[in-house]
Amino acid sequence: MKYVDEYRAPELARKLLASIEARSTRPVRFMEFCGGHTHAIFRHGLRQMLPPTVQLRSGPGCPVCVTSDADIDRAIATATLPGVILTTFGDMIKVPGSDGSLQTAKAEGADVRIVYSTLDALQIARDNPENEVVFLGIGFETTAPTVAASILEASATEVDNFRVLSLHKLTPPATCALLDAGEVRLDGIIGPGHVTTIIGSAAWEFLPRDYGVPCAVAGFEPLDILEAVSALVEMSEAGEPAVVNSYTRGVHPEGNRTAQGVMARVFEVADAEWRGLGRVPASGLAIRQAYAPFDAALAFPVKTGPAREHPGCRCGDVLRGTAEPTDCPLFGRACTPVRPVGPCMVSAEGACAAWYQYGGILV
Amino acid sequence: MCLAIPALIRTIDGNSGLVEIGGIERTVSLALTPEAQVGDYVLLHTGFAINVLDAEEAHETLRLLSELAEFIAEETGTGLAVEGTQGTG
Ligand code: SF4
Repeated sequence: MKYVDEYRAPELARKLLASIEARSTRPVRFMEFCGGHTHAIFRHGLRQMLPPTVQLRSGPGCPVCVTSDADIDRAIATATLPGVILTTFGDMIKVPGSDGSLQTAKAEGADVRIVYSTLDALQIARDNPENEVVFLGIGFETTAPTVAASILEASATEVDNFRVLSLHKLTPPATCALLDAGEVRLDGIIGPGHVTTIIGSAAWEFLPRDYGVPCAVAGFEPLDILEAVSALVEMSEAGEPAVVNSYTRGVHPEGNRTAQGVMARVFEVADAEWRGLGRVPASGLAIRQAYAPFDAALAFPVKTGPAREHPGCRCGDVLRGTAEPTDCPLFGRACTPVRPVGPCMVSAEGACAAWYQYGGILV
Repeated sequence: MCLAIPALIRTIDGNSGLVEIGGIERTVSLALTPEAQVGDYVLLHTGFAINVLDAEEAHETLRLLSELAEFIAEETGTGLAVEGTQGTG
């Protein structure tokens, strides 16, 4: 496939690895913020190929994983209301809340449907005018504009039974929260490629400026990731932190202005609850007053009990980069992709699932 | 979740486009990429094109990567060791 295969060329990857090894003189730890990178890094075995001086650590960039138990409980409670059809992206359905998951709710009679796009959810609303169709809005800046666009479309075409439960989250404030906590020393950040397609590489300038941490924005093929690691090694060795765009074919400094505009029309910045990070100020997106009729949180103010995380699950630590999945006593024993205990084992982009699937345990 | 894949735009009809992804066709929204043209590659995410891929930049990245790898390999001799095919005599 064009724009994919040429970024997997093994010959070039070997040369890049050699160049990284030749230049890396001191131990460094880089965090890949994005779960998509975690998946790609494990799938292509990049951790094992890097020189021992270069360590990679997974971050909080898996929207399914960082959704809090309280929010999952709200989604389940909403799904079980009479007349509601709850639509969601695939991974979310298996994530355990305090008591069951959307999948168990579905087995007990709730109408929960997996969709590929918000536009599919909108179509379900059109096809079922007697029902209330709620779309579970999870995702970062990559996904939020698509959800905003579907709300604009619902508004323009007067679909009045379509609502969104917005649990969207913003990545720069979470990165700040992580660095402010100072629990794990990081020498560089591999910036999330598709988030940055929307927000622009300039949005990461605060990393070198305020934290002295270099950032290299990466695409998702092996050469993309190695190029970013190479740039981070170079900046670390030189002691000159900056933002490097290693994904120029997909990312511009200013990002996608149209998408930013659509997002800003529909959403306003709000505090959000992250698994692992807790409440992070100005790190979420709430639906603006002007689009209040589409806000499922207002239409269905459900009550849920206190949220309970599974005792022993270390997803929070894994998401903060303070623990590796294998540090969790449940990993591969009580917790496997077939019977996941925490969201990091459910999502294909969760670090626990990546370790389990690609034998990270051997690394 | 932030997965996005390259797709080729075949035709455009208002806000939507017919794209090809590895031989499969599907209709997607172009609401977030009004600048997209037939023949462009876009990044496709959950049914929406989220950006137009820059063909020149794509080419340039590959060229720079090759150059960088060659340069480092020559400077350090690592290329020879890694490839192991040329021998060092
Ligand atoms: S292995 Fe399972 S229980 Fe342990 S941190 Fe990962 S998801 Fe949670």
